[in-house]
Amino acid sequence: MSTELTGQQSLPLAKAINAGLRQAMLDDEKVLLLGEDIGPLGGVFRVTEGLHAEFGGNRVLDTPLAESGIIGSAIGLAMRGYRPVCEIQFDGFIYPGFDQITSQLAKLTNRHQGSQAFPVVIRVPYGGHIGAVEHHQESPEAYFAHTAGLRVLSPSTPHDGYWMIQEAIRSNDPVMFFEPKSRYWPKGVVDFDANRTPTHASRVVRTGTDVTVVGHGAMVSVLLQAAEIAEQEGTSIEVVDLRSLSPVDYAPLVASVSKTGRLVVAQEAPQHVSLGSEIAATIAERCYYSLEAPVLRVSGFDTPFPPAKVESIYLPDADRVLEAVDRALAY
Amino acid sequence: MTTPIVQDRDRARESLRTMWRIRRFEEAVEDLYGRGLMHGTMHLSIGQEAVPTAACQALNRDDYITSTHRGHGHCIAKGADLERMMAELLAKETGYCRGRGGSMHIADTETGNLGANGIVAGGVPIAAGAALSAKLRGTGQVALAFHGDGAMGEGAWHEGVVLAAMWQLPVVFLCENNLYGMSMSSERAFNLPQLSDRAKGYGIPGVTVDGNDLQAVYDVTAEAVERARNGGGPTFIEAKTYRWRGHSKSDKNLYRTREEIDEWRLKDPIVRFELETVEAGTLSEADLEAVRDEVRTELRGAVQRANAAPDARPDDLLASVYAEVGA
Ligand SMILES: Cc1ncc(C[n+]2csc(CCOP(=O)(O)OP(=O)(O)O)c2C)c(N)n1
Ligand SMILES: [Mg+2]
Repeated sequence: MSTELTGQQSLPLAKAINAGLRQAMLDDEKVLLLGEDIGPLGGVFRVTEGLHAEFGGNRVLDTPLAESGIIGSAIGLAMRGYRPVCEIQFDGFIYPGFDQITSQLAKLTNRHQGSQAFPVVIRVPYGGHIGAVEHHQESPEAYFAHTAGLRVLSPSTPHDGYWMIQEAIRSNDPVMFFEPKSRYWPKGVVDFDANRTPTHASRVVRTGTDVTVVGHGAMVSVLLQAAEIAEQEGTSIEVVDLRSLSPVDYAPLVASVSKTGRLVVAQEAPQHVSLGSEIAATIAERCYYSLEAPVLRVSGFDTPFPPAKVESIYLPDADRVLEAVDRALAY
Repeated sequence: MTTPIVQDRDRARESLRTMWRIRRFEEAVEDLYGRGLMHGTMHLSIGQEAVPTAACQALNRDDYITSTHRGHGHCIAKGADLERMMAELLAKETGYCRGRGGSMHIADTETGNLGANGIVAGGVPIAAGAALSAKLRGTGQVALAFHGDGAMGEGAWHEGVVLAAMWQLPVVFLCENNLYGMSMSSERAFNLPQLSDRAKGYGIPGVTVDGNDLQAVYDVTAEAVERARNGGGPTFIEAKTYRWRGHSKSDKNLYRTREEIDEWRLKDPIVRFELETVEAGTLSEADLEAVRDEVRTELRGAVQRANAAPDARPDDLLASVYAEVGA
């Protein structure tokens, strides 16, 4: 029954995370899933499809609409030896659970001084590009990255989705797992035999020499696209995928910027007090003597998420990234 | 005792007109989405039209409502203009929120509609606040919070009702129990024979009513509104009804049966009320036809004019984030 996955397979991110959840549930019977409509329905994005049928209602629990209750009960489960994985239906619905996450979950390891672990994973589909509206396309990751005691991850590829969700579940710390929902459907190769990469490691996903660009989640594919276009125009862009938003693994980024001397940080989230701002400040401190230009940020606007028709203007695309790259090169 | 709506020619016509306006509006929306002319998400209330139609008749124009993600009916029943609603859904500058809100975020403060809400239960404490304002200002206004059954799991619902009960606010909590919150059946979620049983725990009156019976919904809402207006505090109403369509665009109806849907389609609140008015001798078949034609024409015009309006402009997205320009 427990068919182990081996070799390589081309899968969309949603199916890769599904496979990762399934593997984690096979590996450890203490792993269980909670969320709205995640049972027979398989969740609104079908990430838990088939798991209720395979593992039953005691491992895959449909909850009422009660985000605070979902996260609070996950904390209780974790305190008694379980590894709960909560699904929040959309980014904008995390806030009714915000109190349990920031006031409780994030602080409890410290309160218990390590005598008690809180291995709770909270999966959140996030970000734009799907033509929805506010509450359904937001990028709230900075709120959580700002909160000490939480680990914040975001995979950008199906391969990372498969492996990072398992690492998140194995972690003894609470993990906010942000899934770029616009990347749920495009396929990518998942290597089931790969060596595990530590989840907190950021990674150079394309090498270049002129400018470094960094982002996470759905932004990474936009950055790769920008790098492709730039190459035809004779500019060599190095792309870094953050993967872990808290803590941030700065070493690869520092090495990259030390080489290129220029950095553009890109994100879907609004700019003010954002993750991108923190990265820009840190790189400005650490790479002062290598920088040939100020670190530039490309972000969503400081507004609520706009209507579907104009989301393409709000969300940074390759053009906006390249415009920043040009500005960085002009110094 | 006022004349039953079904025997009152004007009110019967008006009720039918409102129900048809809701149904035809949503059918037009469904069509526009289907043809890719409308974007975003939308939730249809087809099959539930009697609830907002009856409830809003029990309210004055300056009374308040808060609405939900499934809010077209609430908006129309409270008196919204179809063209401006359609323009909002089509992301046009002439929409209620200049096309910025879309289906789930229409607000029309002129008719007392404080807004639909993309966050389930988000409107419940807001209604309590509007009711508190009416009480503090001594205006005699009432607030009515439409919400779904699923909303009753949320903390915001609980907190809104707790405040209203403590301060004895002039507010009505009207639950449209369409038997499901997305795929979760309300029977399973709440472990109660009727959701109105919960009212007792909050120290407020609660009542359950057939939500497809226009008169019955009107009667219980009118009683609750009167109590609220006279200082008697909040009431909880459960109106049992059914949504014919899926939860939203992508629903495959895996959690319910074809038979159940068909069974409820036979309980169509509009057909039911039409039959009742004809049987009562209040309206003739010709009258019914006239209402339907009138609504059809009105809607066709609304869609055409909304379509022709200018698109929401992205250039000033930043302009209305703050009340004070330059903040
Ligand atoms: C806080 C929050 N959690 C989850 C959702 C996603 N969601 C939207 S509507 C819905 C079901 C709501 O059920 P109910 O209150 O019964 O209203 P109905 O859809 O049946 O009209 C869910 C889960 C949301 N919008 N807000
Ligand atoms: Mg419902």
